[in-house]
Amino acid sequence: MINLLGKRYYFFILSLLIILPGIGVLAVKKLPLSIDFTGGTLLEVQFEKQAPQPAEVIKVYQDLGVDDVLVQSTSEGTIVARSSFLEDAVRSKIVDELSQELNQTVTVLKLDSVGPSIGQEVAQKAAIAVGVAALIVVLYMTFAFRGVEHALRYGICAIIAMIHDVAIVLSLGAIGGHFWGWQIDSLYLTAVLTVIGFSVQDKIVVFDRVRENSRIYRRLDFETLVNHSIVQTLQRSINTQLMTVEFMLLALALFGGITLREFAIILLVGLFSGTYSSIFIAAPILVVWENREWRQWFTSKDRQALA
Amino acid sequence: MQRTQITNIVLIVLIIIVTIYINIPNAPAIPGINRQFQTRLGLDLVGGVQALLEADLPPDQAIDADAMQTARQIVENRVNGLGVTEAVVQQAGDRRIVVELPGEKDPEQALSILKQTGLLEFVDFSELTPQAAFTLVGTKIETDFATGQSPVQPTQPLTSTQTTQTFHTVMTGKALKSVSVTSNQLTGEPEVAFQLTSEGAQIFKDYTTANVGNVLSIVLDKEVISVPTINEPITEGQGSISGNFTIESANALAVQLRYGSLPIPLKIVESRTVGPTLGQDSLRKSLIAGAIGFIVVILFMGLYYRLPGFVAIFAILVYALIDFALFRAIPITLTLPGIAGFLLSTGSALDANILVFERMKEELRSGQTLRQATKLGWVRAWPSIRDSNIATLITCTILYYFGSTLGATIVKGFSLTLFIGVIVSLFTALLVTRTTLTMALEYIKPTNLSRWFGI
Repeated sequence: MINLLGKRYYFFILSLLIILPGIGVLAVKKLPLSIDFTGGTLLEVQFEKQAPQPAEVIKVYQDLGVDDVLVQSTSEGTIVARSSFLEDAVRSKIVDELSQELNQTVTVLKLDSVGPSIGQEVAQKAAIAVGVAALIVVLYMTFAFRGVEHALRYGICAIIAMIHDVAIVLSLGAIGGHFWGWQIDSLYLTAVLTVIGFSVQDKIVVFDRVRENSRIYRRLDFETLVNHSIVQTLQRSINTQLMTVEFMLLALALFGGITLREFAIILLVGLFSGTYSSIFIAAPILVVWENREWRQWFTSKDRQALA
Repeated sequence: MQRTQITNIVLIVLIIIVTIYINIPNAPAIPGINRQFQTRLGLDLVGGVQALLEADLPPDQAIDADAMQTARQIVENRVNGLGVTEAVVQQAGDRRIVVELPGEKDPEQALSILKQTGLLEFVDFSELTPQAAFTLVGTKIETDFATGQSPVQPTQPLTSTQTTQTFHTVMTGKALKSVSVTSNQLTGEPEVAFQLTSEGAQIFKDYTTANVGNVLSIVLDKEVISVPTINEPITEGQGSISGNFTIESANALAVQLRYGSLPIPLKIVESRTVGPTLGQDSLRKSLIAGAIGFIVVILFMGLYYRLPGFVAIFAILVYALIDFALFRAIPITLTLPGIAGFLLSTGSALDANILVFERMKEELRSGQTLRQATKLGWVRAWPSIRDSNIATLITCTILYYFGSTLGATIVKGFSLTLFIGVIVSLFTALLVTRTTLTMALEYIKPTNLSRWFGI
C-alpha cells in the first residue's frame, strides 16, 4: 500500500509554497475588493458605435462633479467605470449625459451602486456566519464521531483544512487581482462559501473511513490506520472530484462566458484544494496530533527521521 | 421481488410523472391546483433592478417593527403598480427592505418611485353617497391631479371593483401642517386631528362650506384610504376625522397623513441594475456549459462504472427532475449563485453514488457475492453520505439565515438551492439508486463482473 502519510511534511510545505506568495501579495497590495465590499458605483456600458477613450468618459463624470472615477475598457468593447457611491441624482443622470456627450446610444449592461456601510457589513457578517458555521460543524462532527477516541480532533482538523482551502482561494484571489485585474466581489464570496461547504463535506467522507477502520483494526497503530483509510477512499476522491465536479467546472470556465469565468476558475482551484486537503492536510494533521509530533519539531535529528 | 421493492418502483414512476409534468413549459393547470408552474429567473439572468432600502434614521435609533412592516407593505403596493410580474419585496433584518424587479426596463424610474414619500390627496366625493363612497375604500381611483406631477402612474388595468370615473382633487398632502391623534371630548373615541397651512386653510374653508354633508375622500397614491363625511365647515384650518377608530387605526391613519405614506423614511443604500443583454448572455452560456459538463459526466459514469454507472445516470436525471420541479413549484428564483448551489449539490448527488459503487467494488474484490456486496456497499457507505451531507445542511442553514437578515440575496440564493439539492440528492440516492440497482441486478443477473462492473 502507498505510504502517503510518510511524506506529510512535504505536503505541508507544498501548501505553504502556494499560500505564502499569495499572502505576500496580500500584505503588499491588499485584497482587490470590489465595490460590493468597499461601497461605490460600478457602471458597465456598451456603445452603439465605437467605444470612447477613457478620458472622454472621465470628463463626463467630472462635469457631474465626480472626480474619483476609474475607467477601463474591456476586451469585449465595453467600458467599465468605477467611482465612489453616487447619489441618486447623479446616478440617474450619468447614462443620459454619456450618450449625449458622446453622441451615440449607450446600453447599460450593469449598474451597481453600493452604499459604503453596506459593503463592510456584508464582509463582516459573512465572516461571522462562516465562523458560526465552522463552530457548529465541529460540534456536529464531535457528535458524529463520538464512538472513536478524541472525537473533537476530527472536527478541528476538518476546520484547519478548510481554513487551508480558504487561504488557497484568497491567495488565488490576491494573485489574480495583481496580475489579471480580478476583483473580489460578491460572486467571489459565493465561490468561497461553495469551497467551504464542499471542503467540510469531503473531509467527513475521508474521516468516516478512519472512524470505520478504527473499529475494525483495533490493533493497528494510528498512522497506518489513517494511511490505510485515505488510500481506500482515494479512488472515490479522484472520481468524485476530478472526473465529475472538476469537469463540470471546466466546462463552465471554458464556455460559461465572462461573468462566470473567474467564478469557475476559483471554484476549480478551491474544490480541488478541498479534496486535496482532506487527504494531504486534514488526515495528516490528525496523525501529527496523535503522535504529538510538535515536541520533536525543533530537534533536528528527529525531524529528519520523520521526513 | 419483495413487496417494498414494488412499492418503491411505483413511487419512482409516480415521482417521474409528476416532476416531468411540472417541468413541462406551459403545462395546463392541474384541476384543483390553481396555478401555473414557471421557472423564475433572477435578475442577473434576465436583467432588471434590485435595490436595498434602509430606514433613513440614526443607526442607534430603534426602529418600530410595525412601522417597518407598514413601510414594506407600502413599498410593495408601489412595486405592484409598476406592473413587474415577479417582483419581490422582503424585509431584511430590522431596518432594511429588499426589492427585486426582474425584467424592469426603466430602472431609474423604478428606483425613484420606490423612495418617494407618496402622494396624499383630498378628493371630492360629493357625487357619492357615504355608502357608495365606503365601497371604494381600498381601491384605486383616477383623479384630475396632473399626472405629470404625480409620482405614481398606475399601469394596472382597472378591474371591475374599480371605477373609471375621474374625481376632482381638492388639495394634496402639502396643505397639511401637522397631524395628531386625540380623543373626542364628548365620547372619548379616538380621532385624527389635523392642522392646515394658511393656504390649505383657505381652500378647505371654501370647499367644506360648500359641501357640508358630502363625502371628502382621503386618497394615498391613488388608493382610497378613508371617506369621512363633512359635518360642518372647517374655517380655521383645524379639523378632525372621526368615526369608529380604534387607537391603532387612528394612529395608522395619522401616520399615513403625516408621512404622505411611508411611516419611516427610506433611502436606497444599494442598487444593482443588470441590462437584459448581459443577463441573457450569461444564461445562454451557462446553460451550454452546464449541458457540456453534464454530458462529460454521463460519459464518465457509464464508461467507468458500467452497470452501476447507468443506474447513477438515471438517478441523477431523476434528481435533476425533482430539483427543477421544486424550483418551479415552491417557487425559487434561479440566480447565478443559485445555479452554483445546484451544481454543488449535483456534485454531492454524484458523490453519494460513487461512494456506494466504490464500496461495492471493494466488497466484490474481497470475494463477496454480488448480493452481499450490494448490500454491504450500501450499509458501509451510508454513514459517510449521511454525515457529510448533514454538515453541508448545517452550513446552508447558517448562510441562509445570514443572507436573509442582511439582504444579501446572493448568499441566500446559493444556500437555498444547495440545501434543497442536498436533501433531494439524499432522497434519490436512498430511493432511486438503491431500488434501481437492486432491480437491475435481479433482472440481468450479471456473471461477468469485469464487463458489468469494470473490475
